[in-house]
Amino acid sequence: MAKLPSQREETLGGYIVHGIPFPVSMDEEALEFLKKMAPIQIEQEYKITYLHSYGQDSPWFAALTNKRLLASRDPASGYTTANPRGHDMYSGNETKWIDITNVPAKVHAFTVCYFGSEEFLPECPFVLALIEFEGVNTLLLTRLMGVDPDAPSLDWIGMEVSPRFLRNSKLKPTDVYFIPNAAE
Amino acid sequence: MRPVYAISGGVSKFAKARPDKTFQAIIKEAYDYAIADIGLDFPTFTRVVDGSVASYFSDHFSRQLMAGIMAQDYLGLCPKPGHRVEGGGATGGICFQEAWKSVASGHMDVCVAYGFETMSHVETWKGNEFIALASDVSLDYPVGGFYSGYYAMMVTRHMKEFGTTPEQLAHVSVKNYINAFHNPYVQKSQRITIEDVRNAPMVAWPLTRLDICVMSDGAAVTILCSEEGLKKLEAAGAKVASPLVKVTGIGRGTDMMRMADRPHMDYDFFMENYATEQEKSSDETKAYYKKLWEHGTRYPGVHSFRAGRTAGNMAWKHAGIQDPLRELDFVELHDAYTSSEIQTYEDLGLCRYGEGGPFAESGKTFLPNIDYGLKLKDKPVCAVNPSGGLIACGHPVGATGLMQGVFAIWQLQGTIQKHFRDDQLQVKDAKRGAIHSHAGTGTYVTVSVLERED
Repeated sequence: MAKLPSQREETLGGYIVHGIPFPVSMDEEALEFLKKMAPIQIEQEYKITYLHSYGQDSPWFAALTNKRLLASRDPASGYTTANPRGHDMYSGNETKWIDITNVPAKVHAFTVCYFGSEEFLPECPFVLALIEFEGVNTLLLTRLMGVDPDAPSLDWIGMEVSPRFLRNSKLKPTDVYFIPNAAE
Repeated sequence: MRPVYAISGGVSKFAKARPDKTFQAIIKEAYDYAIADIGLDFPTFTRVVDGSVASYFSDHFSRQLMAGIMAQDYLGLCPKPGHRVEGGGATGGICFQEAWKSVASGHMDVCVAYGFETMSHVETWKGNEFIALASDVSLDYPVGGFYSGYYAMMVTRHMKEFGTTPEQLAHVSVKNYINAFHNPYVQKSQRITIEDVRNAPMVAWPLTRLDICVMSDGAAVTILCSEEGLKKLEAAGAKVASPLVKVTGIGRGTDMMRMADRPHMDYDFFMENYATEQEKSSDETKAYYKKLWEHGTRYPGVHSFRAGRTAGNMAWKHAGIQDPLRELDFVELHDAYTSSEIQTYEDLGLCRYGEGGPFAESGKTFLPNIDYGLKLKDKPVCAVNPSGGLIACGHPVGATGLMQGVFAIWQLQGTIQKHFRDDQLQVKDAKRGAIHSHAGTGTYVTVSVLERED
């Protein structure tokens, strides 16, 4: 039998309070008593909208909206990063874009997240994976679909995978995700 | 650079939440303890101390910019010089080293390093979100920003390449939680088994809740000084514990913000640039590594932290250490995850890359006088996280690296009984120890060596 929860989930929120118990006279005894009071805790909301620029990496995101996956390559050495990178870390050269959409790819590492940050809790469980590409020196962090999150296996490492793209782009790196070739 | 002594420290109780005090007042708990431990009162220490370094990781948790100066103000240190440092999980370790620099350079004779974090001001999963903002917000965070997930990916690669098992990881949790029984400053101690760790709720496969440290509110303080500073303190009435504890090694390394961008180096480059002196001098180890590379290992990949190896090698060289496992009596290292303790064994050269799993269950890092309920193959050699580490103490980020410094000072002074009211965790005749602080997915790592002067 599954273990039943023994605690209620804690959340913020509650009544709005317009008065806090406080001594009615300010004699020495009352002032000393203030040292024994529990702390006041208030809720503070903090919302902000940022205008975030992808800067020189923007073509990488634009490519995803067109169902292409780009990588950055040093024209001199050929060192290639799966993540967009405007300048090569070894030579300092400006990189060029290359298309790796159809380059053979494999799972390098993965996990299944059964919990997550607040923003991603509704999506749990989800599979994070690092993908390696033939001829590319570094990896790409992505979501892996088409595998059972309730049955993770080290055998997933080395599995051949291919990119899939959202039809309705969100202009986020999750516009691309990967699925096992065997699932196609 | 001139000699630097770590003469005193204090730690507030680490707890899930400390709504009873503001962060300044929590820091003051640790600060007052450190001052009292050298026999000074607040005004006298204020007169002698030259300045400070402040440590806290995230402005988000307290929703307060320039919190460092608010602490400086509350501690009565204005208008003395001070600054805040920030480097993710390594913030406390960086703070300790910046205080060392202030003294070693001659800029200050007495410098106080203080750090804090109050992570309870938001709910746990929002806290995880804040922490995940310490990953690239363009390319990593939106994919599912969650540090336990990032570390779990490192684990699956470590398991695949080296055969490491979740049960080996669990040995770290059992050791650290049971050590913590004797440390009154910890957030949580519990007598657990390997099975308990594996049966705990799965967070990010294969890491369970008991493989992962918790968020905390807390503060820690260390006081560092030069020989001249020591004279000034003693002239003011201080009674510093003897023998003195000296900082003899400082190392720091960095790596890519995006774990995916880490290089995958060949054997020759690794041996030339990253192998420890001990590894370079052993034909057997060179052959062992050659074999790993023939089977596909590349360095650091996502299974290892070259920032940790860089920091370790630098600190060992500075301190004149050839064989850290046998020349260190203890290490307080950054076990945010059981897996990162195992990875760090390898980075620091306590064992070879790929052997962290068997090393974790060998018994070499356990304390000799504690019953862990485990059958351990080897005798203890170098205690790792005798305090309970981050797993049990908690991880109020800006305080954590300084907490390690405080526990290291007490170990080397031989004063664990005095501070813990229990001597079970006192490493017998401890002469030299290291503290290791670690950020992000291995982006900043500091290693500092402390030694008891004979």
